[in-house]
Amino acid sequence: MTTDTDAAGTNSTGANSQDIPGAGASGTADGAPRRTAPDQRSTPSGKPRPTRRTIVGAAAGLAGIVLLVLLPLLNLSLPGVLPGPTYTPGSLQLLAMCMLMAAAALTYHLLLGVAGLLSFGHALYFGAGVYGLAIILQNLDIPLLPAMGLTLLVVIVLAHVVGSISLRVSGIPFAMVTLAFAQAGSVIVGRNPDGTTGGDEGLSLRTENLPDFLVGVVNTRNLYWLALAVLVAVFIVVTWVQSSRAGHVAAAVRENELRVRVLGLQPYLVKLLIFVVSAVLVSIIGMVFLLLQSGAVPRAISADLTITLLVMVVLGGVGSRWGAVIGGVFYTILDQRLTTLANSDAIDALPDILRIPLSEPLFILGTLFILVVLFLPGGLTGTAQRLARRRNRLRGAGEARTGEGSTAHDRTGHDRTEASREILEESA
Amino acid sequence: MSTVVLLLFTGLGLGALYFLVAAGLSLIYGLMGVLNFAHGAFLTLGAFAGWEVARRTGSDDWGIFLLSLLVGAAAGAAFAAFTEFVLIRRLYQRHIEQLLITLGLSLAAVALFDGIWGTDPVFIQGPAWFKDTTEILGARVPNDRFVCIIAAVLVLLAMVFFLKNTRYGMIIRAGVENRSMVTALGIDVRKAFTLVFTIGGAAAGLGGVLASHYFGYVSPMLGGSLLIFAFIVTVIGGLGSLTGAAIAAVAVAVLQQFANFYLGGTGDFVVVLALALVLLFRPSGLLGRTS
Repeated sequence: MTTDTDAAGTNSTGANSQDIPGAGASGTADGAPRRTAPDQRSTPSGKPRPTRRTIVGAAAGLAGIVLLVLLPLLNLSLPGVLPGPTYTPGSLQLLAMCMLMAAAALTYHLLLGVAGLLSFGHALYFGAGVYGLAIILQNLDIPLLPAMGLTLLVVIVLAHVVGSISLRVSGIPFAMVTLAFAQAGSVIVGRNPDGTTGGDEGLSLRTENLPDFLVGVVNTRNLYWLALAVLVAVFIVVTWVQSSRAGHVAAAVRENELRVRVLGLQPYLVKLLIFVVSAVLVSIIGMVFLLLQSGAVPRAISADLTITLLVMVVLGGVGSRWGAVIGGVFYTILDQRLTTLANSDAIDALPDILRIPLSEPLFILGTLFILVVLFLPGGLTGTAQRLARRRNRLRGAGEARTGEGSTAHDRTGHDRTEASREILEESA
Repeated sequence: MSTVVLLLFTGLGLGALYFLVAAGLSLIYGLMGVLNFAHGAFLTLGAFAGWEVARRTGSDDWGIFLLSLLVGAAAGAAFAAFTEFVLIRRLYQRHIEQLLITLGLSLAAVALFDGIWGTDPVFIQGPAWFKDTTEILGARVPNDRFVCIIAAVLVLLAMVFFLKNTRYGMIIRAGVENRSMVTALGIDVRKAFTLVFTIGGAAAGLGGVLASHYFGYVSPMLGGSLLIFAFIVTVIGGLGSLTGAAIAAVAVAVLQQFANFYLGGTGDFVVVLALALVLLFRPSGLLGRTS
């Protein structure tokens, strides 16, 4: 399938596939087209019209990126969130980790939020990036970029093989099968064949062939900028894929696979494409992760990592790109903070019944996750939008609905929670 | 010959453990469509409960062993019933959200076990007979294998009897086939849901105590590692099929043992390969309904 890049082409083909989910399915008819391309709503005439929201959003995004780029040069303190001022390596390391996790959550969003594929094997490709690059740098005397290219090649082949087998089933069986494949990868790494993976110990990064500006604690800020660049690039690619023709078909498949097949399109190939793109992106993130951590650890390929990504996406709100980013950042910081809290004296002094649960970050995160699934179905972004909507309603219905644009905006806000819930239902 | 027999019995013992986990998983999935990630936590809780019984009584005779089996099964059942009643019940028919809940629960539960019992494996003492071996066709087979096999066979027979010959068993079987029809006949399927979860939890708890004797230790990670293979077993056997789970459990475990011995420790890899082959040629599993 081709993916049109020019706006007009995207829009006209997009309009076609947008008809698919909406044509007969009641309830989803209204929500579906908007949530597949919230920034690219088309007017009846078919031309894209940048709404006020898009412009404000883009400007805010740009300002945010500029601030993040400048962060290593500033002396800001966020007590309780960051371990020190923003220019210190410790804080930059944590921030870079947040960016990478947010980017990884975005690639998972591409699977779950766009194509409705609940994969439990995403860590396999992240781990393939981490371990692939580490092993190649360890054993071959080639510079960083060719090594990354070689790793990428391996990941592309791997993703095609695993994807084409596991996509033969869908829904829950798909989840189980991807989990099994990822587990096989994790077992191989643990077995340490011929001492290539380092087993439980992991593999430390050989820095001989790396460019100097990426090595050492002094250069953490270069790694931070690299992580930021990766996050921005992944966000752009995910947005592009999502609003491309393939992205629309994938969303349509999520809504109603049979209908797509009746229309003569091939759901299998589209799903495979999304699967491979998402795997390739996450493997690149894995490679940067390797540089940042200066070593490969078995956790990078374990099922725990996939589960962490899933938790991030659900915390942020399924079906929302910003949700994935926010979820990734929120989870990473919370995890780090809770670990610090667990080792603090205040917790140590508590009686056993409080101390044991509070000294386990995963217990708190797991409980929080259950509560979010039970009570905040749209995740953080969905809840924020619902609160904003409620505030708008209190201010007066007439004021909020002055023009058509704001009505559509209102509907999108309203749809977020519902949308998340529907995506979850439909991927079953 | 003796190696083959030994591998066979070791495989059967491991298969018995897989079956005890997979049986519950498969029934729960078949009836309710829930992929239960917390099943490993039921198993781990059962294993720790059984170990606590042995530790507190400080004896290792047969009576205590049977008591620890009972307590382990009861702990698993109680945890499972709690899960179904408090968490799953709120989200009926929303399968992915149910899955997410069980996922969160398994994270939280394993972390809690870590906090209570520590992350290191706890080594376990059973009746002295477990340490002995019995000679079969020249192979010296450790006795704990037989205990696992017998327990799993008894559980299988009990489950089959229950499903075939009791009213609730009939409702469960009917529910697996066609849930909406059962509901339309005016039968409250929700009771069957709780029941299936409880039975599955009991089997997992029992499996936990047996697994702790089979492996010789208990650790909070015990359930998670068995759960993955149980997933593979349920997919290969066909989701929702108890007999399929039994056959697949034995096949997977025996295959794994033989590959580990003859193909240089590639057991786990061969199992995943078998899964891939089954999916390529029979996507619904060995005894699964073709859809």
